[in-house]
Amino acid sequence: MAGFHEGWQALPQSGLDAQFWSTQGSNLLLAAVAIVAFIAVVALVMFGADLVKGRIRDKVQLVALITPVLLLLAIGLVYPAIDTVWLSFTEIVKQPDPVTGINTEVTNFVGLSNYTYAFTDPTMLRTIINTVVWIILVPLLSTGVGLAYAVFIDRAKGEKTLKSLVFMPMAISFVGASVIWGSIMYDYNETGSQTGMLNAVLGVFGIGPINFLATEPWNTFFLIVILTWIQTGFAMVIISAAIKGVPPEINEAASLDGANAWQRFWSITIPSIRGTLVVVLTTITIATLKVYDIVRTLTQGRYNTDVVANKMYVLSFVEQREPLGAALAVILFIFVIPVVIYNVRSLQKVKETR
Amino acid sequence: MTAPVMTDQLASPKKTKAAEAKENLTSKWATAAAIIIAALWTIPTIGLFMTSLVPGDLYRTESWWNVALDGKLTFENFGYVLFSSFGDSSSAPPLLGNLINAIVVTVPTTVFPLVIGLMAAYAFAWIPFRGSNFLFVFIFALQVVPLQLALIPLLKILGPQGIGIAGQFPGVWVAHTIFAMPLAVFLLHNFIAQIPSDIIEASRVDGASHTQIFFRIIIPLSLPALASLAIFQFLWVWNDLLVSAVFGSIKTYTLTYPISNLAGNYGATAYLVPAAAFVSMVIPLIVFFSLQRYFVRGLLAGSTKG
Repeated sequence: MAGFHEGWQALPQSGLDAQFWSTQGSNLLLAAVAIVAFIAVVALVMFGADLVKGRIRDKVQLVALITPVLLLLAIGLVYPAIDTVWLSFTEIVKQPDPVTGINTEVTNFVGLSNYTYAFTDPTMLRTIINTVVWIILVPLLSTGVGLAYAVFIDRAKGEKTLKSLVFMPMAISFVGASVIWGSIMYDYNETGSQTGMLNAVLGVFGIGPINFLATEPWNTFFLIVILTWIQTGFAMVIISAAIKGVPPEINEAASLDGANAWQRFWSITIPSIRGTLVVVLTTITIATLKVYDIVRTLTQGRYNTDVVANKMYVLSFVEQREPLGAALAVILFIFVIPVVIYNVRSLQKVKETR
Repeated sequence: MTAPVMTDQLASPKKTKAAEAKENLTSKWATAAAIIIAALWTIPTIGLFMTSLVPGDLYRTESWWNVALDGKLTFENFGYVLFSSFGDSSSAPPLLGNLINAIVVTVPTTVFPLVIGLMAAYAFAWIPFRGSNFLFVFIFALQVVPLQLALIPLLKILGPQGIGIAGQFPGVWVAHTIFAMPLAVFLLHNFIAQIPSDIIEASRVDGASHTQIFFRIIIPLSLPALASLAIFQFLWVWNDLLVSAVFGSIKTYTLTYPISNLAGNYGATAYLVPAAAFVSMVIPLIVFFSLQRYFVRGLLAGSTKG
């Protein structure tokens, strides 16, 4: 690395001193040791379980196989989820202790008041409505565009490359995508030349510059475009595989019967891949519910663009209003309950047929 | 028509009725629409790369295409954000530390869930026990629970009042591993359940224990599924912001955290953001394009059998 640094002598080398390298080196070492130790422990436990003799061996091995997962999920997801639900029915009051003067936290049960607040306060209500708009638009738009693209390029020349181009945003972080759209596509200058690509294009047609991220209520839609841009590739790849699974004989027969391309698309392709379409819509809906990175990076919820996931982060970790944040998390979960039920049902159907 | 299911191969050159019918749909308009979509999905990323080459003093006033026409594009921003400073002031640390942090966070959290998930997936797929079905469906359903629901209590468990590893790498590893579990178990189970039952039953009859089957049959046969899940998990952890923000600290933040912070405030150093964003994208893009085939396979295994 030393040789490379010499080219940058004009710049201050603030962070990269010996201490930096020793810290980063020991971090990398820590990661390597952790991986080796983890694999060693797993191997020891598994082979230890293999030394057990007799009929209980199978049981010991079963326990060794599933205990880690059950333990992690119980501690890390199940208990926390229950605790969050409880927290959402409480308020935390800080009172100075009369003797010591030190603040103590008292947790009071307040019933549904956090929920009442979430659905009556205009800012909170707006946040919830925005989230619903996200959940409806992102899956529909990405699945729609993904489906169209998959059909258009099916068996076209260079199909693989064409797929990669649209699939690529999947590898880009939500933060990276937000930077791309926020400071490259949507950038706005009040006067002078436009550095944002969209405003530059609009300028060619004589349309004045638009402050995309501050123009209500369309700004939420412009943020939705970013997630759609990321998710379309996912929808396209899976739909494309499903389309290739439709037996060509059906299309052939329909075409002999005089059905045109459009009719075959609606009465053969769509019904044949309906299951896949539902899976894609479901998966993208779940991803949309959790999205917070885009709003946090670009608007921090300003200009009425907040969504539940971001608001709950701010309430819980910035404003110290954890019960209200917990209530929002529960509301988010209530939104997904239909999706959970649908998925469990279809999973059980698959299991029964197996 | 001999195009096999779920491959990207082109159709056989021999034209059948179906192929001709297909061509009708792929009309001029469809081709034009496809080109427009492909362009819309590519131009923003190219725009980011070009903008990251614009010198800081021109960033606010000149568009990247004008700077390019003037021949003033430079790679200086990349060197600056990586090795000198990235932030509101020139004393802010450079991104190289966050880049190394990203490796320290991502590599272990790719290995841990894969191993633990594979063990459980084998048990659920091939060891009959009471409650197996219920537990598996329960784990599957947890996949849909928003992780926001678990953040506050889990932070208390991992934080100073609990076991005290929040804000350090082990805390971030544990959080990421837990949140990856439901999907890992589900995807690997789907794959392992498809292994022909003769193989496993024959080994059982020959007296092989579950440990032996796991190491000798399950691990070698699951390599394709493990590869795709590893890529998926790698991308997800590398690109994550929420878990990293909640369970990490200044010592552990990966690239997304400082970039997200600076991207929103449009200050004097805003010109560094595109270069930083591109730095954060390089490794995932390399992983993605070199291993895309396995990644896509993994997505399909998990998505078309739900």
